[in-house]
Amino acid sequence: MGMSETLYETGEPIADAKAPGGPIEDRWTTRKFEARLVNPANKRKRTVIIVGTGLAGGSAGATLAELGYNVIQFCFQDSPRRAHSIAAQGGINAAKNYRGDGDSVHRLFYDTVKGGDFRSRESNVHRLAEISNEIIDQCVAQGVPFAREYGGLLDNRSFGGTQVSRTFYARGQTGQQLLLGAYQALLRQVDAGRIELHARHEMLDLVIADGRARGVVVRDLVSGEIKTYTADAVVLATGGYGNVFFLSTNAKGSNVTASWRAHRKGALFANPCYTQIHPTCIPVSGDHQSKLTLMSESLRNDGRVWVPETAGDSRAPGDIPEDERDYYLERIYPSFGNLVPRDIASRAAKNVCDEGRGVGPGGLGVYLDFADAIERMGRPAVEAKYGNLFEMYERITGENPYEVPMRIYPAVHYTMGGLWVDYDLQATIPGLFVAGEANFSDHGANRLGASALMQGLADGYFVLPNTVGDYLAGAPFGEVPAEAVAEAESGVRAQIDRLLSIDGDRTVDSFHRELGHIMWEYCGMERTDEGLRKALDLIPALREEFWRRVKVPGDGEGLNQALEKAGRVADFFELAELMCVDALHRRESCGGHFRAESRTEDGEALRDDDEFGYVAAWEWAGPEALPVLHKEALEFEYVKPSQRSYK
Amino acid sequence: MKLTLRIWRQNGPSDKGAMVEYKVDDVSPDMSFLEMLDVLNERLILDGEEPVAFDHDCREGICGMCSLVINGAPHGPERATTTCQLHMRKFKDGDTIDIEPWRARPFPVIKDLVVDRTAFDKIIQAGGYISAPTGAAPDAHAMPVPKPDADRAFEAAECIGCGACVAACPNGSGMLFTAAKVMHLGLMPQGQPERYDRVVDMVETHDDLGFGGCTNTGECTVACPKGISLDTIGMLNRDYLRATAGGAKK
Repeated sequence: MGMSETLYETGEPIADAKAPGGPIEDRWTTRKFEARLVNPANKRKRTVIIVGTGLAGGSAGATLAELGYNVIQFCFQDSPRRAHSIAAQGGINAAKNYRGDGDSVHRLFYDTVKGGDFRSRESNVHRLAEISNEIIDQCVAQGVPFAREYGGLLDNRSFGGTQVSRTFYARGQTGQQLLLGAYQALLRQVDAGRIELHARHEMLDLVIADGRARGVVVRDLVSGEIKTYTADAVVLATGGYGNVFFLSTNAKGSNVTASWRAHRKGALFANPCYTQIHPTCIPVSGDHQSKLTLMSESLRNDGRVWVPETAGDSRAPGDIPEDERDYYLERIYPSFGNLVPRDIASRAAKNVCDEGRGVGPGGLGVYLDFADAIERMGRPAVEAKYGNLFEMYERITGENPYEVPMRIYPAVHYTMGGLWVDYDLQATIPGLFVAGEANFSDHGANRLGASALMQGLADGYFVLPNTVGDYLAGAPFGEVPAEAVAEAESGVRAQIDRLLSIDGDRTVDSFHRELGHIMWEYCGMERTDEGLRKALDLIPALREEFWRRVKVPGDGEGLNQALEKAGRVADFFELAELMCVDALHRRESCGGHFRAESRTEDGEALRDDDEFGYVAAWEWAGPEALPVLHKEALEFEYVKPSQRSYK
Repeated sequence: MKLTLRIWRQNGPSDKGAMVEYKVDDVSPDMSFLEMLDVLNERLILDGEEPVAFDHDCREGICGMCSLVINGAPHGPERATTTCQLHMRKFKDGDTIDIEPWRARPFPVIKDLVVDRTAFDKIIQAGGYISAPTGAAPDAHAMPVPKPDADRAFEAAECIGCGACVAACPNGSGMLFTAAKVMHLGLMPQGQPERYDRVVDMVETHDDLGFGGCTNTGECTVACPKGISLDTIGMLNRDYLRATAGGAKK
C-alpha cells in the first residue's frame, strides 16, 4: 500500500478487546461476576472524575456516587442540565416486546449490528441490547414522563425503519426528559455530599502518572483560573465532534477538546471518519447561519420528497405540474420509498442537488411535501401528528408548510467514531474510561435512530459502575507527582498565552467556518480519493494560517468566550486531518462513510469485508509525525455480514 | 435591515455596567436574534473591541441556556419562543432594540448578558427528584400511570430552566420553575412517597436563595417559552399547605 508511506504508519494490531468468551448471551453476566468488588469502607477512599453531564456522564456520576465513591464532575455549560443530550427528539429503543410484535434482545442486537453495517463489535452490541430493558425500568422509576396509552401502560412507536415498535418516547423531547431524570439523580447525590460539581469548567488536559489517568486540568470559565483535580480514575463523557463541520445539529459548545487532549496523551482514536448525516434538516438560509436544526425523521412517514424533473426549474413548487416532478426516493427505492435509512436518503438528496435540481436559496434543498397527506388524512389529522414540527419550521423559515412544501437538506448530526475503548469502556490509557458518543463502541459505521440515548444511559447507569469498580479494586495507585501536574498545567497555560498573543486579523469563527466548508465538501456525504487528498492539502495550510492570523480579544482572566472557541477550533483542525486520513485509508463504503470509488452497479455503498473488516484505531505520534494505525479485527459469529438493500 | 442596538455592557460582577449603543447594518430577516449578535461580535473583534458575552448553546429552544431581556420582555416579543428561536423578521428596518440580562437578585450578572443561574440547580438539589437508586427498579409496566396524569406531568416537565419566569416577575420569584417540578413529580405515582417533603424543602430553599414570593401576577407564564401553566403554582400551594398544616412539617 503506497498510501501508508505518505499518510500514516502501521503499528501493532489490537489483539484483545477484553470481552469474555462463551455464548454471547452470557458474556456480560460473566464479566459482571468476574469484576472485582470494592468494600464500602474503601469506596469512600476512592475518587472518580467525570467530565460531562449528558446522559452518559450524568447517569455515571449519579450511580457511582450512589455506590459510595467520591465523584468530582465538570461541565462547560452553566448547569449540568444543559448538556446536548437534551436536544434528542425521537426516542429510546428497548427490547421490552411490550407490543408482542416479535421483538427480543436478540432482534435488537441483530438490527443494531446490521444497521451499523458490520463495523461494530458483537459483544458490545449484545450487552447494549440486554441492558436496554433495565434502562426503561430505571427511567420510569425516576418519574420520566414517557408517552402512555389510555390503559396507563407505556406507548411505543416504530422508528428509523425497524419492523417492530420498540421506541419509547416523550413527545418530541425524549432526550430532554431522560436527561432531566439523570440530572435530578445527579443533584440528589450533590445534595448528599457525594458529588462535587463544577459547572462552567472546561477540561483542557489529562494528567497521567505512572502510566495511569489520574486527573484533569480545567479552566474555570468564569474566573479564568487554571486548576488541576486528581483522582483514582477519569471518565470522559464529553459527546461527539460533529462541530468540526462548523454547521451541524450539535449545540454550539459541543467540541472534541477533552477527547482530543486525551488522544494527544496516548489514547487511541477510533474510526474518526464515521459521521452520520441526517436527511431532514432545515436548509442553510445564508452566510450568517450558525447551526442547523433537525426536523424529526417521523416527517418522512407522511411527507413525500421531490425535486423538479429538470435542472434549473425556478418555478414556485405549486406551479410545477405533477408530471414534471421527480419523487426520486419512491422512484429509486420502490419498496422503502421515502422511508429509506438516513444515509441513503441523505446521499440521494445530495445527488439531485448536484444535478442542479435542488430548490431554495443556493439550490441546496429538496421538497418534503404534505399536500397528499393533507388531502388523504385531512388537515386536522396532520396538525395533530406534526403540528409542533410545522410550527418550528415556520418560526425558522417564515414559510407555512401547510401551504408550501417544506424544504429540507441533510446535515451532520452524530459521530460514530470516538476514543477507542475495550469491552470495559476503558481507553488505551489505564484508568481512563470513555462513555456515550465520546467513545466509538456500539454503532459501527452507522447509528440507528433512537439508539444514542440507549447507549449513553447503558454506559453510565449500568456498564461503568461495574467496570470502573473493577479497576478501582486495584487502587491505591500512589501519589500523583507534582511534576506530572506542573507539566500538564504549563502546557495548557502555554497554549492559552499563544492564542492570546497572536493578535492577527481574522476571527476564530471565520477559520472555523472555512474548516467546516472544507470538511463538508471533501469529507462529507460522499468522499473520493482526489477530494480527500485535496482536503489534506488545504487543512494544514489553513491551520498554519490560524496560528499566524487568528485574533483572540481580551485576556485569560475571567470570562472570555472567544478564547474558549479558539482552543476548541485548534483541536478541530487536528481532528479534521485525522478524519480525512481515516476516510482516505478506508477504500470501501460502509454506513456513514461513502467512498464514490466503492459502489455497486446500482450506485449503492459497497463494503469490502476482507480488506476493511476492522476498527481503525489511531495513535497520535506528535504534531509533525504521521499517525499510527492499529487494527482491531472484527469477527461476526452471530450475525452474518450481508449487503444492505432497500430497493 | 439596519438596526440600532442598545446593549447592557458590564465587565464583571462588581462593575457598575451601562447601556452601550451599536449600529448594525446588513441584518438579514432570516437571521436568528443570536446570529445577529454573532455578526456584531465578529465586527467588534476585528475592531479591537471586546465582543458582547451572552449565554447560548443548542440554538434550538431546548437547552435553556440562552436568555436576554429584549425590549423589556424576557426572550423578546414572540410568545412561547426562546431568544435563539426568535428571528429578525419579527423586527422592522430602522428599529432600536434594547438588550439586557435577566435581572433578579438570585441571578447575579457574571459579564454583560451572562448571569449565574446556579440557584435553580440548588432548588432541584433540595428535593426535585425521585429517590430511585440505579438497579433497584421494578419492571416499567408494574405501575401504570393514567394517561391524563402522565400528559399533565409531561407538560410541567417541559420546563427548560431558563429563568425567564424570574426575570419577568416583579417580585423576582422562582415559583413557576419550582412548581413545574413539584407538579411533574407530584402527579406521578412514583413521586408520592416524597411528595410533601419535596414541596417544603424546595420552597424553603427557593426562599432562602433570595427569590421573591409569588403574588399571582402571572407575568411568569406569559414569558415562559414553554408555556408552563399557572396551574402548577396552584398545585404547589395546595401541596405546601397540606404538608405544613397543623405543624405536620416545619
